Amino acid sequence: MTDASVTPTAAPKPNTSLHQTDARTRKRNAAEKRFKAYGIAAILVGVTFLVILAVSIIRSGLPAFTQTVISVPFTLTQEQFDDAESQLFKTKAYSGHFNSALVETLKAEGLEVSADAKAFERILGKTGGTLREFYAENPDKLGQEVDFELSASSRVDGYMNGRVTRENMEDSRFLEKADLDTVDALIEVGIIKEAFNWNFITGADSGVDNPGGAGIGASVVGSFFMMLVVLFLSLPIGVAASIYLEEFAPQNKFTDLIEVNISNLAAVPSIVFGILGLAVFIQFMHLPQSAPLVGGLVLTLMTLPTIIISTRASLKAVPPSIRDAALGVGASKMQAVFHHVLPLAMPGILTGTIIGLAQALGETAPLLLIGMVGFVARGYPDGFIAGFTEPNSAMPAQIYTWAARADVGFYEKAWGGIIILLLFLLTMNILAVILRRRFERRW
Amino acid sequence: MIAAASIAILTTIGIVLSLVFNTVEFFRLYNAWDFFFGVEWAPSFSGRGGASELGVLPLLWGTLYISIVALAVAIPIGLFSAIYLSEYASPRVRAIAKPALEVLAGIPTIVYGLFALLTVGPLLVSVFGEGGYLGVDWQGGGRAVLTAGIVMGMMLIPFVSSLSDDIINAVPQAMRDGSYGLGATQSETIRQVVLPAALPGIVGAILLAASRAIGETMIVVLGAGAAARLSLNPFEAMTTVTAKIVSQLTGDSDFASPEALVAFALGMTLFVLTLGLNVIALYIVRKYREQYD
Amino acid sequence: MYDQPNLESTVSQNDIKISADKVQVYYGENHAIKDVSVEIEDKTVTAFIGPSGCGKSTFLRTLNRMNDTIDICRVEGNINLDGEDIYDPKVDPVQLRAKVGMVFQKPNPFPKSIYDNIAYGPRIHGLASSKAELDEIVEKSLRRGAIWEEVKDRLHAPGTGLSGGQQQRLCIARAIATEPEVLLMDEPCSALDPIATAQVEELIDELRSRYSVVIVTHSMQQAARVSQKTAFFHLGNLVEYDDTSKIFTNPTDERTESYITGRIG
Ligand SMILES: Nc1ncnc2c1ncn2[C@@H]1O[C@H](COP(=O)(O)OP(=O)(O)OP(=O)(O)O)[C@@H](O)[C@H]1O
Ligand SMILES: [Mg+2]
Repeated sequence: MTDASVTPTAAPKPNTSLHQTDARTRKRNAAEKRFKAYGIAAILVGVTFLVILAVSIIRSGLPAFTQTVISVPFTLTQEQFDDAESQLFKTKAYSGHFNSALVETLKAEGLEVSADAKAFERILGKTGGTLREFYAENPDKLGQEVDFELSASSRVDGYMNGRVTRENMEDSRFLEKADLDTVDALIEVGIIKEAFNWNFITGADSGVDNPGGAGIGASVVGSFFMMLVVLFLSLPIGVAASIYLEEFAPQNKFTDLIEVNISNLAAVPSIVFGILGLAVFIQFMHLPQSAPLVGGLVLTLMTLPTIIISTRASLKAVPPSIRDAALGVGASKMQAVFHHVLPLAMPGILTGTIIGLAQALGETAPLLLIGMVGFVARGYPDGFIAGFTEPNSAMPAQIYTWAARADVGFYEKAWGGIIILLLFLLTMNILAVILRRRFERRW
Repeated sequence: MIAAASIAILTTIGIVLSLVFNTVEFFRLYNAWDFFFGVEWAPSFSGRGGASELGVLPLLWGTLYISIVALAVAIPIGLFSAIYLSEYASPRVRAIAKPALEVLAGIPTIVYGLFALLTVGPLLVSVFGEGGYLGVDWQGGGRAVLTAGIVMGMMLIPFVSSLSDDIINAVPQAMRDGSYGLGATQSETIRQVVLPAALPGIVGAILLAASRAIGETMIVVLGAGAAARLSLNPFEAMTTVTAKIVSQLTGDSDFASPEALVAFALGMTLFVLTLGLNVIALYIVRKYREQYD
Repeated sequence: MYDQPNLESTVSQNDIKISADKVQVYYGENHAIKDVSVEIEDKTVTAFIGPSGCGKSTFLRTLNRMNDTIDICRVEGNINLDGEDIYDPKVDPVQLRAKVGMVFQKPNPFPKSIYDNIAYGPRIHGLASSKAELDEIVEKSLRRGAIWEEVKDRLHAPGTGLSGGQQQRLCIARAIATEPEVLLMDEPCSALDPIATAQVEELIDELRSRYSVVIVTHSMQQAARVSQKTAFFHLGNLVEYDDTSKIFTNPTDERTESYITGRIG
């Protein structure tokens, strides 16, 4: 222990005062500041991404909830009705009557509009069909004035939303520049206006050339039935599996294998689950294609690992003293778990399940593989059972289909669909947070 | 209950069997060598006749390239956020910023896909495209490696940041004290003591993020394009394994044709890749946790 | 040699290194150090003793401003190092800690090689201008840390692979490498076995020739063996501060006496 004597007394260090920061320390402090700034910058970039995303969604999605309508008081007399019904092109006759009524209304407002039937059709869309349908159902309205709200063509809708402008449009059979003058005039007198688009929320997918008529309602129903399947399969299975692994399972190769499987499945790409669904449920078991039932099964397999992992965490969080107390008063292991541990773990389990469901609700890729693409969602199912088995789409798949279509009118619908999807997710997450808050560990 | 627990195993078996059977079927119709080493991806559409070129390399390259771009975005941002949140941020800032970043992880990927297609793509074109702000004509269309990569990076930020945050917090305070006690500044302590100590865990987190990136589908389907290409230009559209699985299985080609079956071989490739990454990552993270328990 | 107080060195003839005047430390509402004044001498080992929670560590950490890293901690009063106020706003704690090094209760080697552990301080403070110089500092510090012989053949092995006692001596060598003037040690032997403890105590005794050493300990015997001055803390107060021999043989305050004889603890 005489190593110290090897080097004689240390050379006296230059006597530096603590009250002066030396150059090196200043440099180091500058580096410190820079490093901290990188951290702040990183967080700001992350948050900025979030803000840009939110702004894009809201700005591009809100127009999907409004619709351009033409509201005109219109009277169809009995003679005009009989006349129209006797013609070969019946709907065209209705349109003609409507158009001339419109021109009359404008004249009364002091506006002279030179538009032919074609131009009206470009602006108003095909009005005849709607009119004919209305009077067929309500013959008593003949001869009375009815306030019609007819949806404008999707190009005019785009013009109202700023998507179509005089600068960026080209004359086509859908809309000509000259038509915009007519549109402006109609806006002026309040005949063309914006109204809430209920059809977007309640409607079904439309054809590829009719973005205006597209609605997300049918695929919301599809998602709903899938979530029913996921909930009623994954909750009991997940809870049973977790209880087994956490409370009863012996430590052996078999349970190890299960554990490894669960943690790896949680990280398998979702599209692989889609392949599984296609091969096993559709090719092998011959379940119906595009059915929410199959979608639900696939999503169940996908969310199970998440639910098992969170359920086990909440079981673990129940203190052993509770089990011991129950066992101590003579409860069997089963009773201890089901009467005492499980109720205490329930809030945590439900929170985990809701989060798992939220994940499943937003999943797209596997649904595409089992055929739940958007254009399948053409209408509501005819009943509860049919809800599971009839071909349908789901919200995210519907959004994808719209995004992939050529007509840019669908983009707005896709963004609007995202708003609805996110509202559902938000609600679910808030529910989860409330559950967690309310039942926060009290022991 | 045992049956319920076994579902995990059954699922894995189901995945493996459905991949293996169809892949074997595929290799009966298509040369395995040509699949693994082919540099051309040009499926002919059924009915039109002609032989398809189904080489996986351009798809793997697209997958890899986009993942690299994504990680290049996510790692610095995620890591620096994690460092700031765990070492510098006041509890108030942390209480706001951490959940804000984590929201990014809860957003469905279809949203990111649409964001890539309709917001980021056009934005990049307006910067790098013809007549853009930079006056260069590098990017022709919105769909590009860069578009998909940036958006995917965005999505991965919370994966990197929240895992790294946990891992950095697990580094014992004694280690930091030792460094401060020697007169190190906070950033010196972080860079030279905390990060090296946390490195294995952070590597694990990055591998998990990489496996996410490789398996991600919707962002690349909408943001990356459909053309298979072996190119280094990040402004070009490329495609990935996942995007091709979707396109081969959602078209109307007959399920017994090599053009449809190839999707299973692609799925197999994807499964093996991500599984490998996950196993390594989980192993590293577990080892790391044990070290400080 | 280690079993009785260092009776021969009881006369205080050394310069004052640190002087603390009316120091108060608060953790939020908790008043942890109350009005402590003490003068710590150069080239002397000073021991802080007292029951658990009395504020020994807290006071030790105020001496190199390690308390700055705890948000809720507030320090009042004056602490001078060589006559300069260390809580002056002009003082950069980073520079202060280079002069006042610290060794902790649990050995905390960095997850780096033995060499890099020692070189850490000199590197950040820029003490070596060349690799050769750094090598020299590393060797010198390891020798002064009385661990050179044990590790010289594996300088590039990880520091975490050493035994507990070796790790603690490595940490002491690491603190020495930055050429401090004062070494603060918070229970440096509490995680070590008796043999390692004896080695570290011997080392502390050697360090006295060059540094001012302040050591917190729970072992009365250890305080008696290694220190020349002893301060007894109780409930945040400095009850008695005197030559070690005096404290252990003839304490003035009865609280000191009860503690030493094992009645408070
Ligand atoms: N980081 C902290 N935050 C809040 N209070 C603290 C903190 N550290 C110490 N205290 C409080 O300050 C008082 C003194 O603690 P300190 O650690 O200095 O005691 P000690 O004498 O070193 O005890 P021991 O011998 O057990 O190490 C105690 O009441 C303790 O609770
Ligand atoms: Mg202490």
